[in-house]
Amino acid sequence: MIKTRWIAVGAALVIGAITSASATAATTLENIKKKGHVQCGVTTGLPGFSQPDEKGNWTGLDVDTCRAVAAAVFGDAKAVEFTPLTAKERFTALQSGEIDVLSRNTTWTLTRDASLGLNFTGVNYYDGQGFLVSKELGVSDAKDLDGATVCIQSGTTTELNLADYFRAKGMEFTPIVFDTSEQTVQGFSSGRCDVLTSDRSQLAALRSKLPDPNSAVILPNIISKEPLGPVVRQGDDEWFNIVKWVLFVQINAEELGVTSANVDDMKKSDNPSVKRLLGTDGDMGAKLGLAADFGYHIIKQVGNYGEMYDRNVGPGTPLDLERGLNALWSDGGIMYAPPVR
Amino acid sequence: MGGSVMKPPVSRLAPVQWIRQNLFSTWYNTLLTLAVGWLLVTSVVPVFDWLIFGATFSGDGPGDCVGKGACWLFINQRLNFFIYGFYPDAEQWRVDIMFALLALSFVPQFIDRFPGRTWFGLFGLTGLPLCGYILIPGGWFGLEPVDSSKWGGLMLTLVIAYVGIIASLPIGVLLALGRRSEMPIIRGLCIVFIEVWRAVPLITVLFMASVMLPLFLPEGMNFEKLLRALIGITLWQSAYMAEVIRGGLQAIPRGQYEAASALGLGYWRRMGLVILPQALKLVIPGIVNTFIALFKDTTLVLIIGLFDVLGAVQSTVTDPAWQNVATEGYVFVAFCFWVFCFGISRYSQNLERKLDTGHKT
Repeated sequence: MIKTRWIAVGAALVIGAITSASATAATTLENIKKKGHVQCGVTTGLPGFSQPDEKGNWTGLDVDTCRAVAAAVFGDAKAVEFTPLTAKERFTALQSGEIDVLSRNTTWTLTRDASLGLNFTGVNYYDGQGFLVSKELGVSDAKDLDGATVCIQSGTTTELNLADYFRAKGMEFTPIVFDTSEQTVQGFSSGRCDVLTSDRSQLAALRSKLPDPNSAVILPNIISKEPLGPVVRQGDDEWFNIVKWVLFVQINAEELGVTSANVDDMKKSDNPSVKRLLGTDGDMGAKLGLAADFGYHIIKQVGNYGEMYDRNVGPGTPLDLERGLNALWSDGGIMYAPPVR
Repeated sequence: MGGSVMKPPVSRLAPVQWIRQNLFSTWYNTLLTLAVGWLLVTSVVPVFDWLIFGATFSGDGPGDCVGKGACWLFINQRLNFFIYGFYPDAEQWRVDIMFALLALSFVPQFIDRFPGRTWFGLFGLTGLPLCGYILIPGGWFGLEPVDSSKWGGLMLTLVIAYVGIIASLPIGVLLALGRRSEMPIIRGLCIVFIEVWRAVPLITVLFMASVMLPLFLPEGMNFEKLLRALIGITLWQSAYMAEVIRGGLQAIPRGQYEAASALGLGYWRRMGLVILPQALKLVIPGIVNTFIALFKDTTLVLIIGLFDVLGAVQSTVTDPAWQNVATEGYVFVAFCFWVFCFGISRYSQNLERKLDTGHKT
């Protein structure tokens, strides 16, 4: 008797869930247009990628990636709201529909791509884990680090990569794990460890926080691949395509020499590639479900990939990162986007 | 008070005599005095040097922080963000009004003989939350709606703490009464509620609210992260509150219950008029203790990505444009918390004195 009642309750719940799910089966793009903004998940503060400035405006490479999506959908790069997320929350927030796109310094891995119900739309920054060592140590290569004490920021990939690297080389190390990046720097500068390890994009910023930045050097070794990129929910290919092609458009624009400064002149260009990119020719926008000139709005308001890079992390910014792997394929990097045609 | 109060008798010892008598009476006292004095000078002087004398207070940017002292310029430039979070500039007057109302409700409580201060206090408990409910989220009377994801900084800390405090007290009273009820179902439910919520760490409650709950809800149905966190904190806090109040209820002599019954009062009037006023007064220190603990526990919302004052500071101290400003940031946060916790503590002592009916032993 009791059992049948529970089964009935369970059935009712399941049916309720199914009907309510089908009732809200509008596509992500429709929902976003109804809301009037793109909801974008970012970090709770990572220099160069997503961090609030003095006025509380979000800035950074990941932030600009989201602004570009907003520019493509609404023609307005400001039509985006940011949800700061911790590393643990980020995927749930995307799965549950709290955010539309996750642009949070997230490494593309097989497990994440295949088992979380998510799709990585591309790579907006190629990162890798590196080492910062004190100059006194006299080490110039990571293979001389046998027996070193290593300061790590808590976060499992960094720790696992480190363990993998040392095990593969048959070397010993003592880890000292810290909670936040400034604690890690304190630990390093007070001499508690010989080596500090983190993503290379962050090492320069961490080094600048040392009392004497010149007392430490960043080793050339990169011990892991960290392709970072935006993520969307699986199962909505329309939205997946939009987020994917926004980044491709920015990379193509850099390749074609279209910048936010010259985009208005470029609209008169005779180059068919530029015409397709900016929507003066062809119906590229319509194929994605966007306005024909979505490319123009992205470049005009956010800029091409190179501008986005230089503004947030490139030489001249406090992070001062060379393009390296993130240069265009034609400049010796691996940034390569399929053609807009 | 004026001159009506007699001054205490003046000490008859001259300063030199006092020093000799208290600090240098024997050789080991002299030694201790010198040692402690040396420690004070060597530790306090650098601290003040860093805090005030060598510190940079104003300037245009990171480049101006060149001294050896603290770089308060960083706090100065980010103050708006630390207080309001992402709240739109044009709407910040609404938060300012709430700060003013908060001060108006509670500052008079520290001034004896302030006319009608009880009413100000009552407003703080009833009108203030209502005003906050209308002003801060907006959407009423033509006020621009401000999504809760834009709230942050000190303002968010206060919102969370205030809601937790105001809502958990009545729920706690009901739970405490329920746990002492003679009706088995109500008693059972209250015991289960209290024991379950009290046995779970707040961090788990927050994780459940922010990470697990959305997975159980059908896709597309969402309610705000802040609301989920607030409900979690309130329920968690009311379980604690219930046990504190139950302690007070148990301390009331049996004769009081019987006397109230003998007057022919029903259950609610018996509790409301006789038992609870005495019980709550007894446990003011316990209640305030829990409030202060809650106020500090609000920083845990950091782990679910809400930018309370600590979260706001932590997210910006990593800014590579500035030198290492983490210490300044944390000192600032500590100061904010100290001001409010000390305020709550003074207020409770004030309340105890006011309600004292001479039963203290």
